[in-house]
Amino acid sequence: MSDTPIIELRDVQKSFGTLKVLDGVSFAVARGQVAVLIGRSGSGKSTALRCIDRLERIDAGEITVCGHRLADPKLELRALRQDVGIVFQSYNLFPHLTVEQNVTLAPMAVKRVPRAEARATARDVLARVGLADKAAAYPEQLSGGQQQRAAIARSLAMQPKVMLFDEVTSALDPELTAEVLRVLEQLAASGMTMVLVTHEMGFARRIADLLVFMHGGKVREMGPAGILSDPQTIELRQFVSHELAHAGQ
Amino acid sequence: MTLVPLGPNQIAFLLHGAVWTVVLSLIACLGGGALGMVVALCRVAPLRAVRAAAAVYIQAVQGTPPLVAMFLLYFGLPGLGLNVPSLLAASLALIVNVSAFLGEIWRGCIESVPRPQWEAAECLALSRTQRMLRVILPQAVRIAIPPTVGFSVQVIKNTSLASVVGFVELARAGQIVNNSVFQPFLIYLLIAAIYFAMCFPLSWLNRVLERRTGGWRRRPAALTAAIPVVSA
Repeated sequence: MSDTPIIELRDVQKSFGTLKVLDGVSFAVARGQVAVLIGRSGSGKSTALRCIDRLERIDAGEITVCGHRLADPKLELRALRQDVGIVFQSYNLFPHLTVEQNVTLAPMAVKRVPRAEARATARDVLARVGLADKAAAYPEQLSGGQQQRAAIARSLAMQPKVMLFDEVTSALDPELTAEVLRVLEQLAASGMTMVLVTHEMGFARRIADLLVFMHGGKVREMGPAGILSDPQTIELRQFVSHELAHAGQ
Repeated sequence: MTLVPLGPNQIAFLLHGAVWTVVLSLIACLGGGALGMVVALCRVAPLRAVRAAAAVYIQAVQGTPPLVAMFLLYFGLPGLGLNVPSLLAASLALIVNVSAFLGEIWRGCIESVPRPQWEAAECLALSRTQRMLRVILPQAVRIAIPPTVGFSVQVIKNTSLASVVGFVELARAGQIVNNSVFQPFLIYLLIAAIYFAMCFPLSWLNRVLERRTGGWRRRPAALTAAIPVVSA
């Protein structure tokens, strides 16, 4: 783990109209670290994640990702997107392409990887997510968990330096969630730098090197997973007890 | 009075007109389709000026009858010293008309591809052109088939407008034959039947395609059981 952060947000401000969604957000993620953003719906965590891939532009502050300064007017967006992979809650696989074509599209189109090599990479990443036998299937022939794992494979095939996960299990039932979480844990173990937004608190506790608790567009607490056992703010205490009560149901 | 007052020459004349109706329809659909594709892409272009220009074009064309456009080309241009043959005048007027309508239909189809598909393609570092060609258009085409086929039925019928600039297609051929035999009810019924025979296959095709929207659905979604993750 190197000391210079691979992702750094400094005093990031972002509003949608009159609604301030990020109000001075700062945190840094080192290479190989897994950062997990937690907080209630509307706390700004998904927006923060989307800002890292420049899907949202920020109003003020600074974000640096893999050496790209996102506020730089000369930012090479496509170079940023080659370094950063993102997986969404709704999978967003391309329905007209098979799983393998979904995975090989970007390497062949963007990186000009020859077909044979792209297919070999596809086999490799699909095996990593447990979908080696689904290469020829169309997305809608897959379960939600399989589609989400295919979406992860699609991102992995671009060999990103950083992976972002935006509530990737929120649309899945517990069983399918578990299979996706296993993939994420393997990925973290392989040394991938990851930023996740999740409501799976048990998983967050297990996987996080850095927990970032957001509330009202601000980072209220930040630190190793241990902060959940000893919340310093009333907001995190309430959030943790609510999540525990929820998990106990 | 015989049941069909038409001799073989007159029937051949009508069929000849029908062939020209088909030719004019093909010119209008293919030419209008090609130009319409350009119009649709301009309507979703990143540059505001391009989008605005395409919108003005569509408004202007949709707000004027193709009949008037034919008059303008066929009778108006010779006044400026430019003689336009009737086939050319009719073709141009129809191409322009079709391109505006198809352009707007296809813009809707392109925009109805869900927004997250654009976003996912963008996040994979695909260029704008690649996003359009590899991700959005293939999905938009599926959506576009029914309204496009439906509109081409409209185009076939609109070719009858070419009769006003003296182009002998099916409707004009019917008028000419009627002038010699004077059986308007019978002749125009026959003409209507021939138009119907041309349009019906398309209407039928349209219904078939509409029943199977989303053509990449080879079979019903097979929700295979969750399989265990192979350890890396």
